[in-house]
Amino acid sequence: MTRPVLSTHRICKSFGALEASKDVTLDLRPGEIHALIGPNGAGKSTLIKQIAGSLQPDRGEIRFMGRDVSALDTVARARMGLGRTFQISALAMEYTVLQNVLLGALGTQGNVFRFFGNALKDKGLRAMAEEALARVGLLDRATDLTGALSHGQRRLLEVAVALTLTPKAFVMDEPMAGLGTEGSARLTEFLDGLRVQAPILLVEHDMDAVFALADRISVLVYGQIIATGSIAEIRENPEVRTAYLGDDAI
Amino acid sequence: MTRERLINLLILLLMIAVPAWAYAVDEPFILTLTTKVAILALAGVGLNIALGLGGLISFGHAAFFGIGGYAMGILASHAQSYTPMMEWPLLIEGTKSMPVIWLVAMLTSALAALLIGALSLRTSGVYFIMITLAFGQMLYYFAISWPAYGGEDGLSIYVRNGFPGLNTLDPLQYLILCYVVLFIVIFLSSRLAKSAFGLALGGARQNAERVQTVGIAPYRVRLTAFVISGAVTGLAGALYADLNRFVSPTMFSWHTSGEIMVFVILGGVARLFGPVAGAALFIGMEHVLGGISEFWQVFLGLTLLAVVLFARGGLIGTLAGREVAHD
Repeated sequence: MTRPVLSTHRICKSFGALEASKDVTLDLRPGEIHALIGPNGAGKSTLIKQIAGSLQPDRGEIRFMGRDVSALDTVARARMGLGRTFQISALAMEYTVLQNVLLGALGTQGNVFRFFGNALKDKGLRAMAEEALARVGLLDRATDLTGALSHGQRRLLEVAVALTLTPKAFVMDEPMAGLGTEGSARLTEFLDGLRVQAPILLVEHDMDAVFALADRISVLVYGQIIATGSIAEIRENPEVRTAYLGDDAI
Repeated sequence: MTRERLINLLILLLMIAVPAWAYAVDEPFILTLTTKVAILALAGVGLNIALGLGGLISFGHAAFFGIGGYAMGILASHAQSYTPMMEWPLLIEGTKSMPVIWLVAMLTSALAALLIGALSLRTSGVYFIMITLAFGQMLYYFAISWPAYGGEDGLSIYVRNGFPGLNTLDPLQYLILCYVVLFIVIFLSSRLAKSAFGLALGGARQNAERVQTVGIAPYRVRLTAFVISGAVTGLAGALYADLNRFVSPTMFSWHTSGEIMVFVILGGVARLFGPVAGAALFIGMEHVLGGISEFWQVFLGLTLLAVVLFARGGLIGTLAGREVAHD
């Protein structure tokens, strides 16, 4: 078995009496899309936040690129190459589409403390930004204000920003949320090709997308992973059927 | 050319036309008033870096304005009484040289901004406003209770400090000097706004989580902006004290912080020439309406209310329209 790029080892997180994560252990291997599914309130977003670094687990360890990153903050994990997209678009809405991607390129390049040159005219940054935009098909909207984009285009822009980080792993929180059928299909196709660049930990409600993309699925219920396996294994798992999918879903 | 640029050009022309007229008809008071506008605008340009670009609502920029003022007052008062500031371990003497005073004013206010910012920027929103206000007031009371440098009465300087090659006591020459400083700083701040740093700072203002996710720490970016902002306002403080040849604790008071903020809001937050337009409007109203009634600030209040309610972009924002997306 190849070494996982990203993994959690028995992480726990409680909010008062609510146990949002109970001994969660999962891993993300090179080249795969690992889908994390579960009913609302199962603790998926809490888990993602702990992996991304915006929330500290009470116990347990998070490893990324062979290092224990539990003590590192979001910024440090992003710099190591953890590309994250949000459930609710987190973009600089007053910026143009290009400026948002430039921001990503700037973070990757690492030298923020330059006070004179025009960032829009920086060839290195711009090439990186435009390449990312071209890949998601937003290059023709580069000079539009982000606030003027449709919901689906914002989701694509988030992915483009994550691309500029040349991530070693993607963590995507419900990228299909709010997309229409057509938008979902487009993004599904795009993510399908993305896994060769870096593995994706995908939290998703859209089961069509999950079944189309996932190499493995983990099911989270009440903060606990009740099953991990291939699509077929998950479909047949009786515990999953009763806890989550329901008999008619599969 | 965008409309905002056109308006900036118009402001620029007015800035030249008014003193030229005043000089022609021999109205030195108008020259001094224009100088006051230029210096207060500079303080506003400083605040605009934190407030406009960074979204950091500092209600304590009087701290830096006052530090700049006292840097001038302390250095010049030692120079005019021929007493060194410190004899041991180093001999430090006062000075009447503006370039040296400016440097000291900027360095000390930058250092103060570093300390104040490092603590205040751990909070946000209303708490940030309150903490910056508290720091400003702390320095205000410190200045009042420090008898060595005039305490409540402040410090008077007999002769304006010197700048190589200029007679700074001549109102026109001092005005031109202040203009040059103001334009250099406006130019630099326009570069800053478009730079990589400006991109990160604006990003942090709009969405801190976004910036973190791409591996940029908002705290460091904001702190740097706060330091630059404080240094510029400190420089303005030194110029202002030199204009009046007087420095007093009033420069530290929260009224001053409020006024600097009013310049920025009246003129247009994050607009390059916003503080210039705001300071000109403020001083213009004070001069014209102040002559009619001592309650002129009622009109200032009404104007501010109108701007906040109906013209969010301030004077420049209203005239120039929404900022267009630029390539």
